[in-house]
Amino acid sequence: MAKNPNRPLSPHLQVYRWSPQMAISIFHRATGFVLATAGMMTLLWWLSAIGGGAESYATFQKYVVSAGTDGTSLQSASNWFFRLVALAVTFSFFQHLASGLRHLVLDIGAGYELKTNRTWASVAFVAAFFATAFVVLFVASRFLGVS
Amino acid sequence: MDSRTYIGRVRGLGSAKHGGEHWLKQRLTAIGNVLLTTWFVISLLMIPSFDHGPLAQWLAQPLVAVPMILMIVNIFTHVRLGLQVLIEDYVHDDGLKFATMILLNFYVIASAVFGIFVVAKLAFTGAPA
Repeated sequence: MAKNPNRPLSPHLQVYRWSPQMAISIFHRATGFVLATAGMMTLLWWLSAIGGGAESYATFQKYVVSAGTDGTSLQSASNWFFRLVALAVTFSFFQHLASGLRHLVLDIGAGYELKTNRTWASVAFVAAFFATAFVVLFVASRFLGVS
Repeated sequence: MDSRTYIGRVRGLGSAKHGGEHWLKQRLTAIGNVLLTTWFVISLLMIPSFDHGPLAQWLAQPLVAVPMILMIVNIFTHVRLGLQVLIEDYVHDDGLKFATMILLNFYVIASAVFGIFVVAKLAFTGAPA
């Protein structure tokens, strides 16, 4: 489609002051994208590693969980990459879940009053943050030996 | 001058009459995802150890394999609907939009079929050594 670049643009994101209601909308999309790509690809790798037998699961563990003492530097680097992925996917899961539940409530026509809407948008962020922090602490204490 | 009737002129234009379907499917799969991922997280926490043996035995059970396949199908349906909206909103070039949409469909169908196959093979043939 031919577009005239000189056409006036309507005011966009950068002219508005950020609010929880705005942030939760874009976070819903961004976290959905993270889950759809990094989240689902890691899940499928994990499932196929289980299905592939003990050796294929050991390979998955070396790259994703822990390279161990005899691991290559690529495997150690991969561990750190997947720790970041795990953190991003965990936060994305809870954030997408919380704002998704908020959307289902909005869909039945409730929660549109300005203050209510703002409150629940903030609650979704806080809930996602604490749920992520809980999982991080749980994994750190149970699997990574951090007490 | 167009000699067609008024109704003849407007027929075929406008909505294809299934605008609500995408929206509704997105919500239905969202509710399904809440249930299935809750099951997934609880089921994960109840596995005694994350070594290969116990994991393979866990995944091969009918009551794990079936919800796992449902979860894979439900999530990828939700992914298809959701990423379709992202593409429609952010990819403005028509050709690129068309290509990205094809890629998205390949991605979700291939991934879902792969996931179903992996789980079904393990459930039908038992855990490998």
